Amino acid sequence: MKVEHPTTTAELAEAVRSHDRVSLEGGCTKPALIGLGGVRISTRALRGVVEYDPAEFTFTARAGTPVAEVVAMLAERGQHLPFDPMLVASGSTLGGLVASGMSGPGRLRFGGVRDFILGVRMVDGLGRVLRMGGKVVKNAAGFDVPKFMVGSHGRYGVLAEVTFKVFPRPQARRTLRLRASGMADAVRILCEAARSRLDFEALDVWPGGADVLARLAGPVEALDPMASEALARWPGQVLAEDEAEARWAGLREWEWVPSGHALARVPLTPSQAAGLASHARSFHLLGCASVAWVALGNDGERDRLEAWMHTEGVEGVLLRGAGNRRLGARRMMAVEDAVRTALDPGGRFAGEMDGDGRDGADGLHGHGRKGVKGGG
Amino acid sequence: MDGVALRRLSALLPAPRLLREPVQLAAYESDGLTAFRERPLAVALPETQDEVVALVRLCHELRLPFVARGSGTSLSGGSLPVPGGIVIALNRLNRIVRVNAEERWALVEPGVVNTQVTAAAAPHGLHYAPDPSSQSICTIGGNVAFNSGGAHCLRHGMTSNHVLGIKAVLATGEVVTLGGRGREFAGPDWCGLFTGNEGLFGIALEVTLQLVPRAERFHTVLAGYRTLEQAGDAVAAVIGAGLLPGALEIMDALALEAASAAVHAEYPAGCEAVLIVELEGPREVVEAERRRLEPLLASSGPVAVRVARDAAERLAIWKGRKSAFSAVGRLSPDFIVQDGVVPRQRLGEALRRIRGMSREAGLRVANVFHAGDGNLHPLILFNGREPGALQRAEALAGTILRMCVEMGGSITGEHGVGVEKRGYLPEMFGPDEMDAMRRLRAAFDPLGIANPGKMLATGEAPSLRQGGLHPLERAGVISRE
Repeated sequence: MKVEHPTTTAELAEAVRSHDRVSLEGGCTKPALIGLGGVRISTRALRGVVEYDPAEFTFTARAGTPVAEVVAMLAERGQHLPFDPMLVASGSTLGGLVASGMSGPGRLRFGGVRDFILGVRMVDGLGRVLRMGGKVVKNAAGFDVPKFMVGSHGRYGVLAEVTFKVFPRPQARRTLRLRASGMADAVRILCEAARSRLDFEALDVWPGGADVLARLAGPVEALDPMASEALARWPGQVLAEDEAEARWAGLREWEWVPSGHALARVPLTPSQAAGLASHARSFHLLGCASVAWVALGNDGERDRLEAWMHTEGVEGVLLRGAGNRRLGARRMMAVEDAVRTALDPGGRFAGEMDGDGRDGADGLHGHGRKGVKGGG
Repeated sequence: MDGVALRRLSALLPAPRLLREPVQLAAYESDGLTAFRERPLAVALPETQDEVVALVRLCHELRLPFVARGSGTSLSGGSLPVPGGIVIALNRLNRIVRVNAEERWALVEPGVVNTQVTAAAAPHGLHYAPDPSSQSICTIGGNVAFNSGGAHCLRHGMTSNHVLGIKAVLATGEVVTLGGRGREFAGPDWCGLFTGNEGLFGIALEVTLQLVPRAERFHTVLAGYRTLEQAGDAVAAVIGAGLLPGALEIMDALALEAASAAVHAEYPAGCEAVLIVELEGPREVVEAERRRLEPLLASSGPVAVRVARDAAERLAIWKGRKSAFSAVGRLSPDFIVQDGVVPRQRLGEALRRIRGMSREAGLRVANVFHAGDGNLHPLILFNGREPGALQRAEALAGTILRMCVEMGGSITGEHGVGVEKRGYLPEMFGPDEMDAMRRLRAAFDPLGIANPGKMLATGEAPSLRQGGLHPLERAGVISRE
């Protein structure tokens, strides 16, 4: 497939304007999110940090900049994106981070991608370059389009540049592995811990069991007494630093997902976690059960998950594997089409395989059928 | 037209809940931005979500403009009525539907007052973080519409960062559910787009708010400085040290004078500026951070440093800070509150320039600001009885906003654009961005009946009248951020 690689915002706008229909890609780490049809535009050549001033707690970088580059740049100045971006080593880009709306384990404490994005430069469906939001940490002027781009899956415009708020990086961390007798017990621990005085940075459930992975962060001298208190309440152990880092990296980079499996992102609440556990085999619960990453080995597993999602009214997204990108319940709003028309009147940004029959191009490609073979 | 509208409206609501008499309407003519006044055709007082939906659908059918209103504390004229249109006052939709302590959220109706959410969550050790200064009276509906801020935004974010789900009736009459009860979502962030829409998309009927555990320990320090610059340098040192305080606030001499007169707060003598730093978190963390903060403050050249020893002393520090704006009312018959943002490092420069502008205009300016996030609140003092004074004050306010834009900041950090700053939005955004925002607005409200004239200019200028304190502010019930 021919892929265009614009190197400047102007070239990006030109590329959008030159084609009736385009689909977008960044680092291709979430292949199922890439739109089908039209001319493929990659943002990977649009890279580099535009502005970074540690004292402002903000940076601006081009959409194709690898997240790893930004993470390293921030770490050098003792800062970080507190939501723990996913797929850093795997090569995801900032644009993909925003368009997929995926936050990592750290989202528990201060919020996710939506809570740290401040501004975007984007090309809309009319081929215009729009600078929405702002570059300062606080701004209430105009509609919050930057937030709307979080999880927009390339449907409303293409990102050229993003501005994020950043925070000082905690001086030290302690990861605890807390034993749970099953999912219901794990959920109890998650909820108790999330409401405790200890201000956990992350509270996840490791796939393939029910043990809780809990992370404390802060000044080094504060962490040992806090860890002891936690272990007195919820039995378990402190993980050695390198083991802890390997565990978190494994979750962040999806190393636990069996090869050939599809992967779904399922937003949920703690009270739904036990239900999920009886309808899915292998999953990572993140952020006190605000998201489940579910590995799907075959169509049967997908059907079972989706049936549960429909009952619960849960809407999810497929990140790897073939088939409909949207999973489970689908909320329909008339205003959704109106907003799409406002930003992309000609329908330039190629759609997802919605299966709802509303997206012409998807139908043309005949990919709208189920099937989960072939991970990315 | 008015007759038809009133007849149709009275079919929806019983007479006592449809205000039409001038004496009844008077209370709704203005909000926290008292310089503007408009009389609405009528004020509707719905008590149920269904009534709100029916009202909006009727407005859509009749192309009747409507303005949603909570407690009317907007400082940007966000709930200023539209002539010939109605006001939908949501104060009676004030149920806290549910508090789920386990999952840490509260489902509330738009008329619930900000502090009531925290009051309902407190027994579970939780609270609702956004704390605009008017929090004892402002409503969640208004907070959502204007993405209200507060003194703890640097660490905790604004209203938008705490809204998980919204059920709303759009200006088209469509009822939608955006977001949900979880912290994450599948598709675009509809909730994020709706929050801060300034009433231009529709009316929130129910809001799911995120609750967070109340910090175990606070460490609140007040440091007095001989110069504003020193206070600014202290902020830079705190930030540079990698600390993330819950709040970093500065008040200048004029604001201090006002606050001490109003709430009998005592500030160190001989100070041109006071800095408030508040650390928060588990006791071990706060203790460790306190040990890093102390030498930093000591070497920043303060005249005096005071540490709140208990909750009462902490509250006293905050009371002085939060009452500063209303307190300025004692120094001057009239004043304008501005709300600009500049990059944090340019705060000092911004304040110097404001001082220059103030001298040039011959108007006193008091400064209270959220130093941690570069959010300035210059208070421009004037005497409205003096011919031309209001115009000069407005001109000065405009110059300050332009400076914020020129420095790469924003024309509003937390008060919203409203009527007040709509003329300046096109200075912050170009014609394409303005067009995109108009198109978005039209997607939600093709007829342009939802709070027209706010954020996006419509061409008709609302009537500018004399200012002064909000009646409730004069009575000391509310205060401004």
